[in-house]
Amino acid sequence: MKKFLKNNAVQSLIASLLCIILGLLIGYIVLLFINPDGAWDAILMVLKNFLKSSLAKTRTKLLGATLVRTAPLLMCGLSVLFAYKVGLFNIGAAGQYVAGVCASLYAALAWGWGWLPCILFAVVAGAALGAIVGFLKSYCNVNEVISGIMLNWIALYTTNMILMSQKQQASHYTLKLKGNADQAILPTLGLDKLLKNERASIAIPLAIILAIIVYVVLFRTRFGYELRATGNNRNAAKYAGMAEKRNIILTLVIAGGLAGIGGAMLYLTDIEQWSVTQTSVPGMGFNGIAATFLGGLNPIGTIFSSFFIQHITDGGAFVDTTYYCSQISDLISSIIIYLCGFVLFLKTAINRGIARSEEREALREKALAAQAAQTAKPENVSANEKGGEK
Amino acid sequence: MLLLLQYTLIFASVLLLVALGGCFSEHSGVINLGLEGIMVIGALGGALMMRWLPAGTSALVVVLLTLLAAIVFGVVYSSLLAVACINFKADQTIVGTALNLLGTAGATVLVKAINTAANPNDHSATIQYIEQKKAFIHYFGSFEFNWFMVIAVVILVLAWVTLYKTKFGLRLMACGEHPQAAASVGISVFKMRWSGVLISGALGGLGGICYILAGVSQWQFEYGVAGFGFLALAVMIFGQWKPWRIGMAALLFGFFRALSNVYSGFDFLTALNIPGTVYNMLPYIVSLIVLALTSKKSRAPKAEGIPYDKGMR
Repeated sequence: MKKFLKNNAVQSLIASLLCIILGLLIGYIVLLFINPDGAWDAILMVLKNFLKSSLAKTRTKLLGATLVRTAPLLMCGLSVLFAYKVGLFNIGAAGQYVAGVCASLYAALAWGWGWLPCILFAVVAGAALGAIVGFLKSYCNVNEVISGIMLNWIALYTTNMILMSQKQQASHYTLKLKGNADQAILPTLGLDKLLKNERASIAIPLAIILAIIVYVVLFRTRFGYELRATGNNRNAAKYAGMAEKRNIILTLVIAGGLAGIGGAMLYLTDIEQWSVTQTSVPGMGFNGIAATFLGGLNPIGTIFSSFFIQHITDGGAFVDTTYYCSQISDLISSIIIYLCGFVLFLKTAINRGIARSEEREALREKALAAQAAQTAKPENVSANEKGGEK
Repeated sequence: MLLLLQYTLIFASVLLLVALGGCFSEHSGVINLGLEGIMVIGALGGALMMRWLPAGTSALVVVLLTLLAAIVFGVVYSSLLAVACINFKADQTIVGTALNLLGTAGATVLVKAINTAANPNDHSATIQYIEQKKAFIHYFGSFEFNWFMVIAVVILVLAWVTLYKTKFGLRLMACGEHPQAAASVGISVFKMRWSGVLISGALGGLGGICYILAGVSQWQFEYGVAGFGFLALAVMIFGQWKPWRIGMAALLFGFFRALSNVYSGFDFLTALNIPGTVYNMLPYIVSLIVLALTSKKSRAPKAEGIPYDKGMR
């Protein structure tokens, strides 16, 4: 049992599950305060999402809808994760995601590019934004969180300005890809039939493959080792001959590219159109932060956690609006991020507990050995032993 | 022109209040990235107070109670950051970000619930305070004077006196520079950091209510405060963590923010034919440039962002 608990992956899993349970519990309490009547149903609905339907066909369709949005969320999560492993907090993922949306939609609608070049262009756009943050961080010592936030807003307004030329005449949404740029819609590879959802596309397997690639790069290559070393101690990495400035910029370029793909992955399915009068940065990038930390800072864990975050976000949309609004799932995921801040403390506490009990055991064994040497009063010894175990 | 001055002053007041909040927190050694969320919650407290005060309340009472509500909400909310970052040594960046997201989501959920409870068909997250807002405003000719302009200056002076002229302020700053040294002469680092964060909560809450009272007379809580908490952090860095310089920086940033509100009133600016979104972006672009130029030789408190560990040297 103790050996099992000592395992880092197990600890991460326990911590994440605790965060989820506590997050749901606190969310439930908040709902109870707002309106005690529907609180339990609302939480159940958030948790059920696609399971709410009794028809198998609708269930698969709704699951497909969640998966379509999980792919871009996973990319944003990977972006945050990649940077975090190098000691950088890429809150700019939200803006890099927007840049990806902008590039892919513009290339598709204005230039008539195919889906693959569109995705690549989105990578470039996101990476460019990441490069700015990286450059400012390594050469001008600007805190990457603040520059990231500034770039989020700059990216949002620039995107609105650029996509203005591609909007529908009667509304403030961009043109649909279907009918205007069919070549740019992501191929489905039969996933649409499997999930009974026409939006299910190559984006879903692609995102999972990229998660595995990120894992391999970070933990199984020299390059990844250098990046992580830079994250652990910038000066030590520099001393060991690693180009720490280049590593920081490169990290944010890669992180930006990952978030950029995310933008393309959602909008090239034609599931929704961009509103050019939008005045708030889309939440996808911020939810990515939740996914990363909930996933125990592991790319494979992030696959599951981003599905969970998207699952409860979609579930929130089904909540009875006479009682609550759909934002309760945002509330729950932000509580979960807050709780993730305590994970380190929890892990230290577990390890300390294990160490203490091991120490106690060692002491007891010693005492037992000492007592075994004295043969007097054997019954009392066993009684003491039992008391000690309690 | 007068309009530009008015908006510059009011936005500068917001930035000044919040940046001073950040300044207290960072001088005590805690990076407060949750200012944005604290602003939202402070604004929520003030707006709710204005909504629930009976119509005939005298102006002074409205002002005082609204300010009090904003401060209380801000302080209570910032204690979430303090508990996590000071007592549990959590990562200050994660917790700050969580507070930002939680602030907007929580305020939206709460306001929507209150609106729907009052009127079942109302699913908006908007609070109106047209009447109550008048308590904060005086007209000098066409110049709309807002009491927050005075409050901001008073707090600036108070902040300077507290930080540099009192025992408390000097001890607070010591905890941000070298907490172990401070502890060795009997200063409780935990208490100092807690007070730093709580003060930043109070000022952040004040800044939040000031922000939603600037210009508009209703607020949609889904929108949060549009990155103002982070602009304030940029102001603080540009001001090199010193109150007077923060004041100057706030004026500069307030000016660029005001431009996006009033650029259409200037003939030569409209003649340039720049799209309005460019003016919207301006404060963020300026802050990026300013940060790039000033961060290199910034004198941040040395121990900021590092959880206090008694055993560390």
